[in-house]
Amino acid sequence: MYLLLSILIGVLFTTGIYMVLRRSIVKLVIGLALLTHAANLLIFVAGRVNTPIPPIIGKGEDSLIPPFADPIPQALILTAIVISFGLTSFAIVLIKRTYKQTGTEDLDDLNTTDKIEKL
Amino acid sequence: MIEFLIILPVIIPFFTGAILIATMKSREISRTISLASAFLLLVSSLVLFAVVWISGIKVLYVGSWKAPFGISFIADVFSVSMLIMTAVMLITVTIYSFSSIDSGREKYGFWVFLQFMIMGVCGSFLTGDIFNLFVWFEVMLMSSFVLIALGNEKFQLEGAIKYVTINVISSVLFLSAVGILYGMTGSLNMADLAGKIKLVGNNYLINIAALFFLTSFGIKAAIFPLFFWLPASYPTPPIPVTAIFSALLTKVGVFALIRVFTLVFTTDVSFTHGIILALAGLTMVTGVFGAAAQFEFRRILAFHIVSQIGYLLLGLGLFTLNGLSATVFFFFHIMLAKTNLFFISGIVNRIYGTYDLNKLGGIYKNHPFISIMFMISAGSLAGIPPLPGFWAKLFVIKAAFESHYYFLGAVAIIVSILTLYSMLKIWNEAFWKKNEYHFTKQEKLTHRFGWYAPVVVISVLMLLLSVFPEHIYLVAQKASEQIINSAEYIKIVIGK
Repeated sequence: MYLLLSILIGVLFTTGIYMVLRRSIVKLVIGLALLTHAANLLIFVAGRVNTPIPPIIGKGEDSLIPPFADPIPQALILTAIVISFGLTSFAIVLIKRTYKQTGTEDLDDLNTTDKIEKL
Repeated sequence: MIEFLIILPVIIPFFTGAILIATMKSREISRTISLASAFLLLVSSLVLFAVVWISGIKVLYVGSWKAPFGISFIADVFSVSMLIMTAVMLITVTIYSFSSIDSGREKYGFWVFLQFMIMGVCGSFLTGDIFNLFVWFEVMLMSSFVLIALGNEKFQLEGAIKYVTINVISSVLFLSAVGILYGMTGSLNMADLAGKIKLVGNNYLINIAALFFLTSFGIKAAIFPLFFWLPASYPTPPIPVTAIFSALLTKVGVFALIRVFTLVFTTDVSFTHGIILALAGLTMVTGVFGAAAQFEFRRILAFHIVSQIGYLLLGLGLFTLNGLSATVFFFFHIMLAKTNLFFISGIVNRIYGTYDLNKLGGIYKNHPFISIMFMISAGSLAGIPPLPGFWAKLFVIKAAFESHYYFLGAVAIIVSILTLYSMLKIWNEAFWKKNEYHFTKQEKLTHRFGWYAPVVVISVLMLLLSVFPEHIYLVAQKASEQIINSAEYIKIVIGK
């Protein structure tokens, strides 16, 4: 399970970075979305995937008895998913505006702010 | 009651932002509310500072969940003095925006997102939880994304794409780092992590997590070699946005680096802090050389942001009491100087209609007052005595020599000479040389108060800082003591 998930995370990171490095701005956004998914899965795996038993303190007990599933990574991922959702939707609007304004979807054409002469 | 004070710097901008959404269409009401809330933020930060100064580090356990289980907000001298600086910057930027932001941007939420960004900044300064820090970073970044793209100008959108992309990548790295750290230790509270990370035993694993954090915060702080996005994106939005970004956002990155690398990752100092020292030197040098090639007012300043980040890092890398005091002092100086220089570039652009140094000229003859204001800030940035920049650099270089890093100290001195070259270039080209272009459209400033007041206020603050550096250094020293004696911090937060 760990091995499978680790490979999946690696694949997601690689594809994400590959897509970010492409010249099309649409692929850029897809790449960013993939990268955030990769990070979410990484937290999931780092929080151990061992058991489906929920972390509930039973009657007559005063602390958790292992094994139990750690709820914190899931809470973290939930937060991160919401944030990445916001980021992605903002990025989509941004590329749409950029395309309308500049008339190009090639990132190599969006380099006027890097030039030395003047803005 | 005192606990409530800690959360106020987050609550004030939050509610102001929420109210401003409702009043978005009315310029006058929005402006009044924004300015009032900025002053409120300053007052609450000052009160909090007084409390923390007298009775030490204060902790707020959100929802009464004791650390390490819940999220805790921690006010120490360092974070609270940063809050005061944030409030001062917010006030000046708010007043400056009155005359320089166009009504379109105001109606589409400039004030709202300015407040939400400040909320993110204040939250980042106060939180004691590493994942909560991530959330505050995102609050800050989302608002800054909107601010940088607001107005839909071609250059802005180009800058925004770069800015958004690099910051999302940085957030992904941050999130991965949090995941790795949690996997190793099972904790997210920074004070708790400080103890638990020593139990991991595997230094290689810790260093990997540390480097993830260094890369992620390094992108946000624009350190070498991750700074390239900054000169490409910062000069694109209107000046008030650029000014508040340069005053706060990169500094929050450095603040996060200081928190993490003095509290959590102190197990292998020779490795992690060695890297930070090397990066500090390279950041200083590349920033200043980058600026030397530029002939656009704002882009020169943008490259100098990078260069000055190097000085801040140098103090952190030394990891000594004096080094960190110097860094904290440098924060005060750089926030004031940088913001003021951007303000002045905005005024120059308003009058002459350009940022291009080749076309500018003769400002000293026509506007001597603004030229003197420029000289104060530019001289401070270059480190001319007795301006605050001189003291800041003196403290940093002295701390470097004390720790026997003679080479880095020398680099810092050379970089400061090159900074002087850059500032003199602006002075000669824009202020002193004869204006050959004879601008027909040289505009008269309307609303002079809004343009000049922030510049004068910051210049006066800088002059105060240059006359009484020992008082501010006292604050910096106390802040640095609290950072270095992390055992005290951990004891107060965890409550053992």
